Parts: sequence; structure tokens; C-alpha cells
Amino acid sequence: MVSTSERPRLIMEDGRRYNGRAYDELRPIRMQVGVLNNANGSALVEYGRTKVLAAVYGPREPQLKHVSIPYRAVLRCRYHMAPFSTHDRKSPAPSRREVELSKVIRESLEPVVVSEMFPRTSIDIFIEVLNADGGTRTASVTAASLALADAGIPMKDLVAGVAVGKVDGVIVLDIDEVEDMYGEADMPVAAAPSLNLITLLQLNGVLTPDEFKKSLDLALSGIRRIHEGMKETLRRRYLEVKVEE
Amino acid sequence: MSVTPSSPDYILPKLKAETLASLVKKGVRLSGRALDEFRDFSVKVGYIPNADGSAFVKLGNTQVVAGVKLEVGTPYPDTPNEGTLVVSAEFVPTASPVFEPGPPDENAIELARVIDRSLREIRAIDLSKLVLVPGKKVWVVWIDIYVLDHDGNLVDASAIAVLAALLTTKIPKVVVSPEGGITVKKGEYEGELGLSRRVITVTIGKLGDVLLVDPDLEEESVLDTKIVVAVSDDGRISGIQKSGMGALTYEEVLKAMDLALRKGGELIELVSSATLKQLKEGS
Repeated sequence: MVSTSERPRLIMEDGRRYNGRAYDELRPIRMQVGVLNNANGSALVEYGRTKVLAAVYGPREPQLKHVSIPYRAVLRCRYHMAPFSTHDRKSPAPSRREVELSKVIRESLEPVVVSEMFPRTSIDIFIEVLNADGGTRTASVTAASLALADAGIPMKDLVAGVAVGKVDGVIVLDIDEVEDMYGEADMPVAAAPSLNLITLLQLNGVLTPDEFKKSLDLALSGIRRIHEGMKETLRRRYLEVKVEE
Repeated sequence: MSVTPSSPDYILPKLKAETLASLVKKGVRLSGRALDEFRDFSVKVGYIPNADGSAFVKLGNTQVVAGVKLEVGTPYPDTPNEGTLVVSAEFVPTASPVFEPGPPDENAIELARVIDRSLREIRAIDLSKLVLVPGKKVWVVWIDIYVLDHDGNLVDASAIAVLAALLTTKIPKVVVSPEGGITVKKGEYEGELGLSRRVITVTIGKLGDVLLVDPDLEEESVLDTKIVVAVSDDGRISGIQKSGMGALTYEEVLKAMDLALRKGGELIELVSSATLKQLKEGS
């Protein structure tokens, strides 16, 4: 799939992307909650070939006493890539990238979790990237948010994430690995749409101010669609549990 | 694993925190600065004689040293005809009572990666000029950021130091033997590294619905969140990082971007002229 030789053409003559998608088209997104038995909440999220598993344990007594805070729960978050998730095997030891992403993912969820309800406890979010094809951090935010909801942790809103990018000069939604690697910019965004809050925003690459606004608008339109899908996923899961007449 | 910080970098007395918050709503800061005003800063280039480029920066009471060193190394397999760039940051225990010796924590790693990204994709350093033996030997540009004293906004202080250090970095003289062996002539230089683009970061804090530039440590201790915007000398955005627990509205993000682009352009000129002035005086 990924060749190290020539840079591929990313936008075709008909204006479609190399993967056949329109500029504002998401990959097929699949979401499932309650996929793990032991975790208090869990979710499996796929953005095309990107596949991410999130598990939530807690609120529970902190593993380490000194991390507890007297007036709220602490969030602990680990973003981790499985060794087989990438083209070349990835060492399971945490990389600098994973350390940074664990932080920005945690900070994308802090604004929505009602942590004050669980003082002196810990809410642990474990994210495993099982297969990486671009957009893993934003799929992780979506998965973590669903897993928190599945664990019954009170939240002010669900956070959804998506990455936009600039490829061959065009701003496109939900970039995959090839578009990220050969594109000019990668901008992951996560937001709580009902609160009108942007909770994660990064940019790797170069954009003019106009391109930035366009990218942010496109990301938010994708996020609103994913947010609808998340609500539907949770609704279905809990509609299945019907009280018998 | 990233954990909600249980002990902040700095604890502001409640009375002062309340005063700060209520003043900021009226557009006034404890320090007397305007909301869009940076602290005064000073730059001393050539601060580390053993480095190939260096700068000592004071931004208010925050002190940072950036050292640039060029070493001969091997290129990455996917970019055989380009030098490489490595950015690291150390939060030295001299800088704050909460900094402990040890490997860089998530904040130091984040800072280094934000600075790295601000330079890399815009190709601020033309890495294709740093090839010694194509495919085999290239220059590795090591940028090490050393935070010596923490009074807030470490990212922008680091970006100022890195820009000044890079503007004064020289490429060491080398002798390439017919067998491809390379000897670096210690203390002799071939020329300037040169920058194809000058880049700076502008950090904007959000407190309630107020945005303020270059937060100091007292302000950082009560901010809802921060957004770091990397700005280039041609008015483009070369990196963004929302950093901190809170969130921003769509309107706030756009406002922060305008503010960063305006302040960033000014800051690049200030840093460049301070650096060039010292270079002239030095020669």
C-alpha cells in the first residue's frame, strides 16, 4: 500500500481523492460499545481501516494514592499502538508521540467528564490502536468518549474527533495514512458539538489563515455527523435492554 | 500514561486569583500589560561558545537557552538526500520547585514536539542543503531547549530562543576523504546555516471569555486552557496545539488565530532585529 518511492497523485482529474472519496466524505465509520467483558465501559471504533479499542475502568480507587485529588476524579489516559498496528512493527515501548497523544486525548475529554462527582477516585482510559491507517488519535477520542458513556460516567456531551488535511492543495475531510504522509497538512480536531466547544486542535503542516478556517469548518461538519452516529450507537445498545411485559 | 495533574506548577493565593480574574474581564492584567501585549524580552546570541548556534532568552522572568549542534550522521532511509532535525527539551530542576530530575515528562515532550512541528513541514531549515555524501552522510541538526527558570509561557520563550539560535548557527568545516570518511574541523566554519523561513509561536491563554497573549506563571495557574499557534514570516500558520484541560469555542479559536498572526509577525521582526544587531556588534 505505502511505497517509499514516488509521491502519488492524491487528487484525481475528476476532483475525487485517490481513494475515490469526495473532499467532504468520511470513510465508512463503524462504532460498537460494550465489546469487553471486564471493563466498566468499552468501545471499538473503525474509521475505514483504522481500528481502535478503548476501555474505561472506574471511577475506582487510584492505583497510586498520591495521584488522587480531594475534590474530583483524576483522568488517566494511555494511547498506545499495538506492535502489529503499523506497516513496520512498532516497538511496544511508549514513544514520544504516544506520550504526547495520551496528553492531548486526555485534555480533549477533561472538559466534558463531570469529574467533580467522584472525588479521590481515578477514571482510567486505555486506548489500543489495533490497526493504523491515519486518524488514529481522533478515532481514539471518539472511542474513549463512547467507552466513558458506556461505563455510565456522567458527561456534559460526547466528544467526537476527525482529522482534516490539505492534499494537492485541496482541503479534505478524514485523511487516511497516505493522505497524511504525502499531504501538505494534517489537522486533527475534536469537539463537543452540543456545547460548541473545541477540545482538541492540532496542526502539523502549513495552512494560510483562509485555509485554516475552511479546514476547521470542514472538520466540525464531519464531527457533527460522527456525533450523530455516536448517539445512535449508544441508543441502540440500550434500546436492546427492554423491560418485558 | 497521562494523568490529571494533582499538584499544579504554581499555586496562586485565592484572593489574588479572584482579583486577576475580575481584572482581566475589564481588560487589565496584574502586570499592567494589555491583553495582547508580550512581556519584554532580551536575547543574547552566542551564549554557548561550544554550540554551533545558541541563544539565551529572558521573556519576563522566564529563562531559556537553546543550543544548536551539527553532527555528522546518516539520513533517514525515506529521505536519503536530506539532513535530519531533532528537537528536544529539558525542564531543568533549576527552573521550578516542581521540576524533578529525570527523563522529560509529557510537558517537556509536548513542548519539543510543538517546536519541532512548527519548523519541519514549512521547511524553515532547508535540509536538502545539509548533505555531505548523498544517501550516506548528512548533517544532523540537534536543537536542545533548556528551560532554566519558569515564569510561564515556556513554549514562546523556547521558540524565541530557537529562532535566534538558528539565525546564528554556522555549519562546521569538514574534510571528505576519497573513501568517504568525514573529519570535522573543530572550531572552523564553512558558512551560515541560514533559514528559508522564520517561524515563531504565539501562546494565547483563555480565562473565562477573555483571550490574553503570553501568559505568565500566575496567569497560567488560573487559565482554562491555552492555544499555541506557530506563525511564519510570510503570514502562514505552521502549527497549532491546544494545550491544557479546558476548551475553546469556534469563535474563540478564530479570534486567537487572528491575534496570533498579528503578534507573531511583530515578534519575528523583533527577534530578528535583536539577533542581527548583536551579530553586527560581534563581528
